[in-house]
Amino acid sequence: MSDHHHPHDRPPNPYHQSARSPERDRELAERVAKLESLLAEKGLVDPKALDRLVEIYEHDLGPMNGAKVVARAWVDPEFKRRLLENATAAVAELGFGGLQGEHLVAVENTPKVHNVVVCTLCSCYPWPVLGLPPGWYKDAAYRSRVVIDPRGVLAEFGTTLDDDVEVRVWDSSAEVRYLVIPERPPGTEHMSEEQLAALVTRDAMIGVAKVAAP
Amino acid sequence: MNGIHDMGGLTCFGPVRREPDEPVFHSDWERRVFAMNLAGMAFLGPVDRARHAIERMDPAEYLTTPYYEHWLAAIVTMAKDLGYLTDEELRTGRAAGGKTPPHPPPTADMIEALVRSGMPATRTDGRNEPRFRVGDRVRARNLDIPGHTRLARYVRGKVGVVTMHHGSHVFPDTVAHDRGENAQPLYNVRFEAKELWGDNVARRDCVHIDLWEDYLEPAGETRSAP
Repeated sequence: MSDHHHPHDRPPNPYHQSARSPERDRELAERVAKLESLLAEKGLVDPKALDRLVEIYEHDLGPMNGAKVVARAWVDPEFKRRLLENATAAVAELGFGGLQGEHLVAVENTPKVHNVVVCTLCSCYPWPVLGLPPGWYKDAAYRSRVVIDPRGVLAEFGTTLDDDVEVRVWDSSAEVRYLVIPERPPGTEHMSEEQLAALVTRDAMIGVAKVAAP
Repeated sequence: MNGIHDMGGLTCFGPVRREPDEPVFHSDWERRVFAMNLAGMAFLGPVDRARHAIERMDPAEYLTTPYYEHWLAAIVTMAKDLGYLTDEELRTGRAAGGKTPPHPPPTADMIEALVRSGMPATRTDGRNEPRFRVGDRVRARNLDIPGHTRLARYVRGKVGVVTMHHGSHVFPDTVAHDRGENAQPLYNVRFEAKELWGDNVARRDCVHIDLWEDYLEPAGETRSAP
């Protein structure tokens, strides 16, 4: 479904990031530069540490990590069992973990159960396996409505579910982070683990989409 | 605090808007704010204090500003609350004395180690014996909590079933306000959609949410695990 689709009974979102403008951006850039130099001068932050953080979250962490976890679960039933039992430990086997992934839980989609993850109160998200969340995950529209109208929100992502499928919405209200294991699509029986990982999308691991057949 | 951030169940914000090929950050100031927030936690934290600083934003501003402005507001609020910064310093950009931190800031290597090791929220020095078991029916207490809380309004007074016991976790309601970690059992509770939203919603659907023991009370007879 295109970004321009609006259900006719709802107004377009007036709170979208149209608040951005070049002027506002310049103003913020100045404010933030002042703040950083103050915090550095006072010994509260080390600018080199900030550089490293940006590097890690912009380049090292992202959904490619979670995709490897999902692909492993698809090809290795023993790994999948461990993942469902203790996701933090299972994900660590692949070298992933740490900040915002200290307490991971994996939930599995099946033909009869579809899981989708949200944080209604802020923006909690499993950083070590998915990286930083997309804007829509942190916006009011998704956070407010996916708990009360999950099927409507999923439809906006082009995901329609049969009536007999149970939708489970996981609201990340504590320090536990949820990762959806999507269903392995048909026609992938002969694909390698690496090829499978390339099919797995961020949206499928949040639970707003399914993994498309190749 | 019953704030605008607690928005589960509102239906007034229109469709979800996605940005094609969205970058991780839109501007350099977003990068710096993101990193200052994480690195600054050494002196400004814990994370629940940062969340509460965002919750205290002007609600109209909260709704109309991009995400990283929330994080910017949190850094400024915490640094001011803790006496590290003044409005005057923020205006001029020049430090004018004031409180200094107790030790040097974390280096790049220390920060990288923190990212890799994380900051587990589980504790063994609090309440460890769970009052509820998986399968128990529980009611989310209907409470008016003046400060920070993770007891979302949409579950208050509603009945659900315990589906997981996550161990004992730091309690946000007190740690955000320097009233101690008060670690206690954390549970995942399943609420049926019709219990939360009424009889005209899809009956098969449900919401799972993590709730601390102090948010819960027994809700009559127990039944077997769902």
